[in-house]
Amino acid sequence: MSTITREHIVQWLENVAQVLAENKEYLTELDAAIGDADHGINMDRGFTKVMERLDGVRDKDIGTILRTTGMALLSSVGGAGGPLYGSLFMKAGMAVTGKHELTPEELGKLLRAAVQGVIDRGKAQLGDKTMVDALLPAVEAYEKTLQEGGDLCTALTRMVAAAEKGMKDTIPLVAKKGRASYLGERSAGHQDPGATSSYLILKALKETVCG
Amino acid sequence: MKKLVNRPEDFVREMLEGMEKAHGDLIGVNYEPRYIYRKEMPQGKVAVISGGGSGHEPMHGGFVGIGMLDAACPGEVFTSPTPDQMYEAGKKVHAGGGVLFIVKNYSGDVMNFEMATEMLNMEGIPTINVLVDDDVAVKDSLYTQGRRGTGTTVLMEKIVGAAAEWGKYDLKRLADLARKVNVNGRSMGMALTPCTVPTAGKPTFELGEDEMEIGIGIHGEPGRYREPLATADEITERLALAIIEDGPYTRTVKEWDLDAGGWKEFELTDPPFQPGDHVIAMVNSMGGTPVSELYVVYRKLHEICEKKGLTIVRNLIGAYITSLEMQGVMITLLKVDDEILEMWDKPVKTPALRWGM
Ligand SMILES: Nc1ncnc2c1ncn2[C@@H]1O[C@H](COP(=O)(O)OP(=O)(O)O)[C@@H](O)[C@H]1O
Ligand SMILES: [Mg+2]
Repeated sequence: MSTITREHIVQWLENVAQVLAENKEYLTELDAAIGDADHGINMDRGFTKVMERLDGVRDKDIGTILRTTGMALLSSVGGAGGPLYGSLFMKAGMAVTGKHELTPEELGKLLRAAVQGVIDRGKAQLGDKTMVDALLPAVEAYEKTLQEGGDLCTALTRMVAAAEKGMKDTIPLVAKKGRASYLGERSAGHQDPGATSSYLILKALKETVCG
Repeated sequence: MKKLVNRPEDFVREMLEGMEKAHGDLIGVNYEPRYIYRKEMPQGKVAVISGGGSGHEPMHGGFVGIGMLDAACPGEVFTSPTPDQMYEAGKKVHAGGGVLFIVKNYSGDVMNFEMATEMLNMEGIPTINVLVDDDVAVKDSLYTQGRRGTGTTVLMEKIVGAAAEWGKYDLKRLADLARKVNVNGRSMGMALTPCTVPTAGKPTFELGEDEMEIGIGIHGEPGRYREPLATADEITERLALAIIEDGPYTRTVKEWDLDAGGWKEFELTDPPFQPGDHVIAMVNSMGGTPVSELYVVYRKLHEICEKKGLTIVRNLIGAYITSLEMQGVMITLLKVDDEILEMWDKPVKTPALRWGM
């Protein structure tokens, strides 16, 4: 496996929609502990909207598919998740405009642009107990594996492992961004819902491309 | 869950349909994307728009009308609305004077309103976003999102709305007034019970019969501290002193700069209350607390203010910014000057607040 096709991307988005629907209550419970009990509901509503829009762009380039995904999320998710995941997918799409398939390096550029989109919009740093704690180490692991000569599926596997670790590492942290920061010390001891949805989204990418 | 709902997914839309039927003389409702707008907009007036998650009614939709808001964007329950709602609402009520967004300081609201501010300015509609962050339960802004926007939002919408309507303020002067209200207003709230988001079906947190949450926001989230239940006087004193004795509070805000055509960041500091200050006092029900209990609280608040040398020159007592059916109370004190008080007293006609006309 050394290319990512448009079909992979469409399949990925469909898988994300399914995974988020399955984890709707789990994500919402995580958000109930340190936020306002809506993250799973928001993400599920957003990806239901993405599925509606996907039919119109299925045969377009990957950039268009991802930008359409971002716009659909932006106008349907709301909360913090809406602008953050909206920016993630829009920036991902803008990094691969016109392309119908991607090399592993191009996927790396897409992932980097996606994370940067989240950071630019939300201004969170590593350790603030947000989705950035899952996303940033994940992209770094992916890039590093390719640089060391690893193949696509090794890079994606390590990406998911790093995302999982980043997600779990949010548990002891005190939140500095987002609603959870209002709880101060009481936010420690809970896993961040946004980091969890980010992990699920990246895991779905690996599973779609590499099984 | 025991609620007057049909399908939980339809809750917000059906509420909007009811509001439209009840107040159709004053307001209209757009459903795709969702916003409530004032029917007759005077030419040249700055459009004052706010929005946020639903579940805080009557805020914000109930404050659309004459002398207050020109449009309000309702999100799902406790979820920020989206930029396309704010953008379309802005285009709908813009009457040549530009748009002022009143934004409560929650990361979701802030980011969505920032995107809408960029979109409207790109479109050639001058738009400024002003923040409300008045909740003294949050101490610092250095390592957190900063203070939340709570009770002062209601007072700001009234005062700024009056200045746009009756004072004929232009956009920049209106933003200056909004900032002045924000730095002079402080709030703190507490909960006796949690509340239940219809789509979630169960309470947002568990609270024992003999416990309370102090320092809550308005989204059914737990507070800063969980404590044994106390008497009304003790609770009132706890909230009032936290507000009155709060020191200067400094944070960096990000607003659209009309002259530069881009974002600017600058510091704002809340001056502490001083003996001799005149204040507007709001005693607000979180949704499930009866008016009788609010008066019990007001009685004690009045006594504390007197002791501290603050004169309550106006008051607002009732349910204005709520968290669904939560039982609890929020106290807001806003230091006033002649300008703020003059605008407070101007006529207002909205579904939820009406005097002088
Ligand atoms: N400034 C930010 N930067 C990055 N991620 C953030 C930021 N603010 C919040 N988040 C993420 O958003 C998640 C919450 O999303 P959601 O529940 O949909 O929004 P809301 O907090 O508005 O209800 C958090 O768990 C966190 O990961
Ligand atoms: Mg949430």
